[in-house]
Amino acid sequence: MVHLTSRLLSGITFAAMLGVEAVSTQASAATLHMAWSQDATGLDPHKQTAFSSLRLLELIYEPLVRVDASLQIVPAIATSWEFSKDGKELTFKLDPKAKFQDGAAVTSADVKASFERILDEKTSAAARANFLSIASIDTPDAGTVVFHLSQPDVPILTAMSDVNAAIVPAAEVKAGSIGTKAVGSGPFKLDKWDPNAKEVLSANKDWAGGPTGVDSIEISVLPDEAAILAAMRTKQIDFALLNDPLVATLVPKEASLQLNRVPVLAYHVLQLNPSRKPMTELKVRQAISCAIDRQDVLDTASLGEGKVTGPLTIPALATDPSELFCYKRDVEKAKKLMAEAGFADGFSATVIGATGEPPTAAAEAQVIQSQLAEIGVKLDIKMMELNVYVDAWLKGNFDMAVALNGGRADPYTMYNRYWTKAGNLQKVANYIDDTLDSLMQKGRAETDPAKRKAIFAEFEKHLAEMSPWIWLYTSYSYTAQQKNIAGFVPTPTGTLFSLSKVTIQ
Amino acid sequence: MNYLLRRLATFPLVLLGVSILVFVAIRMVPGDSITAMLGTEAGLLTPAQRDALAAYFGIDQPWFVQYWRWIGGILHGNFGISVTYGRPVLDVILERFPLTLELAILSMIIALAVGLPAGIYAATHSEKPSDLGVRIVAMIGQSTPSFVLGLLIIYTLSAGFGVLPAMGEFAPLWQDPLRNLSQLILPAITLGFAFAASVTRIARSAMLDVLSDDYVRTARSKGASARSVIWRHALPNALIPVVTLGGIEFGYLLGGAVIVEQIYALPGLGRMVLDAILQRDYALVQGAVLFIAFNFMIVNLLVDLAYVALDPRIRLGEQ
Repeated sequence: MVHLTSRLLSGITFAAMLGVEAVSTQASAATLHMAWSQDATGLDPHKQTAFSSLRLLELIYEPLVRVDASLQIVPAIATSWEFSKDGKELTFKLDPKAKFQDGAAVTSADVKASFERILDEKTSAAARANFLSIASIDTPDAGTVVFHLSQPDVPILTAMSDVNAAIVPAAEVKAGSIGTKAVGSGPFKLDKWDPNAKEVLSANKDWAGGPTGVDSIEISVLPDEAAILAAMRTKQIDFALLNDPLVATLVPKEASLQLNRVPVLAYHVLQLNPSRKPMTELKVRQAISCAIDRQDVLDTASLGEGKVTGPLTIPALATDPSELFCYKRDVEKAKKLMAEAGFADGFSATVIGATGEPPTAAAEAQVIQSQLAEIGVKLDIKMMELNVYVDAWLKGNFDMAVALNGGRADPYTMYNRYWTKAGNLQKVANYIDDTLDSLMQKGRAETDPAKRKAIFAEFEKHLAEMSPWIWLYTSYSYTAQQKNIAGFVPTPTGTLFSLSKVTIQ
Repeated sequence: MNYLLRRLATFPLVLLGVSILVFVAIRMVPGDSITAMLGTEAGLLTPAQRDALAAYFGIDQPWFVQYWRWIGGILHGNFGISVTYGRPVLDVILERFPLTLELAILSMIIALAVGLPAGIYAATHSEKPSDLGVRIVAMIGQSTPSFVLGLLIIYTLSAGFGVLPAMGEFAPLWQDPLRNLSQLILPAITLGFAFAASVTRIARSAMLDVLSDDYVRTARSKGASARSVIWRHALPNALIPVVTLGGIEFGYLLGGAVIVEQIYALPGLGRMVLDAILQRDYALVQGAVLFIAFNFMIVNLLVDLAYVALDPRIRLGEQ
């Protein structure tokens, strides 16, 4: 036995010595070593929707505009933009310095080709749904683009800030090589991509945004986040994306590491299916809303890492959650509502969740299960592999679902898919409401920010009261970094664009 | 020889069965390449967009057409194209395989180097405290999940000593043997530890069995030394169950060690298959499973041949 132990130990020591050696030869001042647990799934900016893909492509491609950390629209390829008075014409002036990584200038023809590609059904761009109001695109000169809209559409500008609306070279569209080659106008060029293993990016010297802070970025895929933290402890990794709050909360305990966290737009929600009995009853849905202690769900499932939210997660528009319907837990009221709906004895239902997506899903379902048990609702929890879950979710094939749904910088873009009569995901929400629909249409056309805010406040209040879903909380997006990395700005959209100006000190 | 030929002749049949099984199984699971790529955003697609994507992924045809095309391709040495990697399936698999093979061999060496002596030692010291000690360690080894041991090793090294082999960028053996070994030794220990524990237990009980056999008693009574009895007379026979266990375990390892590859971020077969399943990369899953099945059959065959070498009384394939 002694023999066995000493053998093991000598093996470890040997490896450790080699490990040190391997690390020291690897370090390079101007390369940012980055890690994430899930890799990008593809390179076509118009088709990719996975979080890592978007984060990678944002470093390579640029949209016309961006949103900054306070979700304000700022220039990207376009230096200025203007809506016509009737809100049906949107004009962009392009940055004359903007260049693709193959050296060609970014012109209005590229913008036109990019949007035509997005709108072409054959492209299968998921973001197409956000741009259906585009009737035609004019290019009066190489530096000007005019979008003619079929109806006033204020949120379209925010939708254009997404990398899913990136400007790609017209020549590449024609050659059909988007997705196999990555030629953008962004701060970095993609030199190498080994899927599920590694990406190597190098600085784009011609970037219109000026010189980047590092010469290159190497992204390693380390599937286990505890291993990412270990690699950061030994200084192999400078910067990392973290998903799991359990791992993220360990970062501040390391003296050399810094945790960046920022509340995100995505929200954790318990989706009820109002087309299934007894969730068809308003009072049953409201009872569920009253019976759930959102803070408790947050504290138990996510270590309190986040904050309770109503339907709107955009800081500038969100209502104080305490003013929304039943955001203070009230079991007595819940029981009374259940009795009024004829379910004094409760009922049984199944709640679905995706394993590990988010990492808190199973814990959320369990807390909700115990809370709803108090009003007689017996929940059966069914955890599924992500794809199986997505399939059931898209078909609206569930009683209830714990979900982490993505947010957008504009409430219309974020919610029209669910809460308008023509919404693409209306079948998932399974809830039709004239008030919600008309408020959405009003908010879409209104250009005055104060009036818009009032419209969406009313929308939020009504949605919380009708309780088709029970909004729970928003969590944080986490990045961890060595303390000698300067200049990273975390944002609610999760973008890593500010890596373009990050320096290693 | 006859036996070998007959065994080899069954290979195509088994592989055909495996091919049907994996083809059907992966398609029975809800969700497809489209939902794998787009997640819930797939709901924003119009029917025409969906059709375009289905054609791109090659899932627009009926199952039997897809299967027929796939099998037809394989007969011409073409395993299809992986949609994730944008490259031929066989290239991707063969790129990952050396790592998996190396890891399997390393952990096998560790397991046998530790497990066999420990098992023999325990058997010859049966029911003494040292035997009990070995058995307890073996029990712990067998019941410690590899993710616990793996994370424990990583945590201890990085938090306690501030060192860790380079992660993320894997160095192939022929490019940088030293760095390669530094990256593989910990995963090999993690895998080898549990494996060594099984070897210890099997070796111990097999040895105990054999030591009570008549021929061992005969050897002893004829005055053979204790050492000669154990190493020359008993061990070869006691090895048979160890070879069986080792063969099965080795076959498994050739299919990739998913958890250990995840923890240590090794680009092996296991992680590749897992990612391919999650991303519904049908061609890659199918190709990889066939490849793994083929390896398993080869290993099984070698195990059977090893029996003959170890025990001349065994005659393969004869009634």
